[in-house]
Amino acid sequence: MTLEVSLEKQLGDFAFASEFSVQSRRVGVFGPSGSGKSTLMHMLAGLLKPDRGFIRLDGETLFDGSSKVNRSSEKRRVGVVFQHAHLFPHMGVWRNLLYGYKRTPKQQRRVDPQSLVEVLNLGPLLDRGTGTLSGGERQRVALGRTVLSCPRLILMDEPLNGLDEGLKYQIIPYLKKVFAEFEIPFMFISHSLNEMRLMTDQVLEFADGRLCAQTSAHRLALHRMETSQTGYMNLLELRDPRPQNGLFVYRWGNQDFILTAGGEAPVGMFELSSREITLFKKHPEATSARNLLHCKVKKVFDVGNRVGVELDCNGQHLVSQVVHDAVRDLGLQVGGEIIAVIKASAFRRLY
Amino acid sequence: MFQAMIHFSPTDLQAMALSARVAFTATLVSIPFGFAVSYVLVFSPLPGKTLLNGLVSLPLVLPPVVVGYLLLLSLGNHGWLGEWLADMGIHIIFTWKAAVIASMVIGFPLLVRSISIGMEDIDDRLIQASCTLGARWYDTLFTVILPLSARAIVAGATLMFARSLGEFGATIVLAGNIPGVTQTIPLAIFDYTSTPGGDRMALGLCLVSIGLALTVLVFNEGLIKRFRRGAHR
Repeated sequence: MTLEVSLEKQLGDFAFASEFSVQSRRVGVFGPSGSGKSTLMHMLAGLLKPDRGFIRLDGETLFDGSSKVNRSSEKRRVGVVFQHAHLFPHMGVWRNLLYGYKRTPKQQRRVDPQSLVEVLNLGPLLDRGTGTLSGGERQRVALGRTVLSCPRLILMDEPLNGLDEGLKYQIIPYLKKVFAEFEIPFMFISHSLNEMRLMTDQVLEFADGRLCAQTSAHRLALHRMETSQTGYMNLLELRDPRPQNGLFVYRWGNQDFILTAGGEAPVGMFELSSREITLFKKHPEATSARNLLHCKVKKVFDVGNRVGVELDCNGQHLVSQVVHDAVRDLGLQVGGEIIAVIKASAFRRLY
Repeated sequence: MFQAMIHFSPTDLQAMALSARVAFTATLVSIPFGFAVSYVLVFSPLPGKTLLNGLVSLPLVLPPVVVGYLLLLSLGNHGWLGEWLADMGIHIIFTWKAAVIASMVIGFPLLVRSISIGMEDIDDRLIQASCTLGARWYDTLFTVILPLSARAIVAGATLMFARSLGEFGATIVLAGNIPGVTQTIPLAIFDYTSTPGGDRMALGLCLVSIGLALTVLVFNEGLIKRFRRGAHR
């Protein structure tokens, strides 16, 4: 997908003015509330008319202020998944799902409703009314409804925002599966750094209606480490859990992690803060922490009053943080060997 | 006991049947127009909406006699609309059709207000959703807006029906008070009150009126409650 955008819009005191061009199939739009993310989404979907500028999707002009081109929403083939699903309350799940599909010309229908129902595990919901669904279920139905309309681009406006904290990440595997299976480019709008990193490759960072950076999710996370009190979040995909003395042993590359939190699923996504990784010069004789990893220092970089340390643990990467004095005491230098120590309870399960 | 006290004359029964027929026809014919006007008032970006809203609401605040007289002027044999209709062989005034038209004009604001309130309750983002799913405006109108305002339409229609049952001022000017032809319940009551010894009969018809109006209002309340509950789901 190629999306070229140059837009200006004045809304009361708020002014949106940005220009960018993206090629990725997994684009993130990142920024705090009021930064213009939703304004951008509404303009791309044709729900809000820009004052000036243009929108070109795969070479086709959807809007051009100077030549007065303004494709209407229903003809843009740009799908939207709204923050609160917005399912039609007078229709059941199945009719909601097919609403866009029925309005898509036959030659443009690329997604089979049955296979979508399978991918999103919607089978048990099909006969239900929309009023009886949980937040996560509603969002899955809304996603299915948009995917079935076979758009060229799907815009997702903070789709996890209305969901319970504990459950919000559980929808991410569904999102990933759908977009991988049906190869639809998407733009994921959120103010959550974790969501950006789990869902997107390229990130457009907005503040006060302007684009302030076009970067990758990983670089964005490293950059924000400076201002964040929680440090850098390592996102680890761990596999093949097996129970052991009430704890869980997960596989990470060719080494094991011992965790207090775990589950049945063969693959889990966990977050581990850089603050929770303690570095030792030599292998300690005994420690209460359950995970000791032999690592190589890959990179040492300043983040404010702290120092970030990128570690290479048998081909896998971790980011730890220490203070300046610790760098001296540990003799940290690129290529040096170091022991990383992590408590079993330091991992937080996302999904 | 009620029947034992009052024996209704054939013209009274005709008045009841006519009232029902007039109110029913006026309401039914008005619904499509009421829906269309409400749609324009709530969803269209037209600049003259305030004026249109004022025009539609005018009969609510004008004396019904004024409305009736203006209708008589335009629909009468020398009226601009009346002449044209007469050429086509259609005569409105002093027939039951005149009573229907009087009721339509007087009850229309109630219908439109009710439907507009229902439409304003529809979440804009549902309409945005249907647009981005490929539905054209008329498609959205019939598959999203109409079903979601159905309860408001029924509630508005009930109100208008009740108002039409009681229509007096505009009807007597435009349709006259011809027993068996244009005499509805309120007009019949009016006749009895000006006839010596008609008090008992007037009271009987009053009770019928009260009964009808109460039934309709209770029905209307129930619908509105269900509508509200539905909106909070």
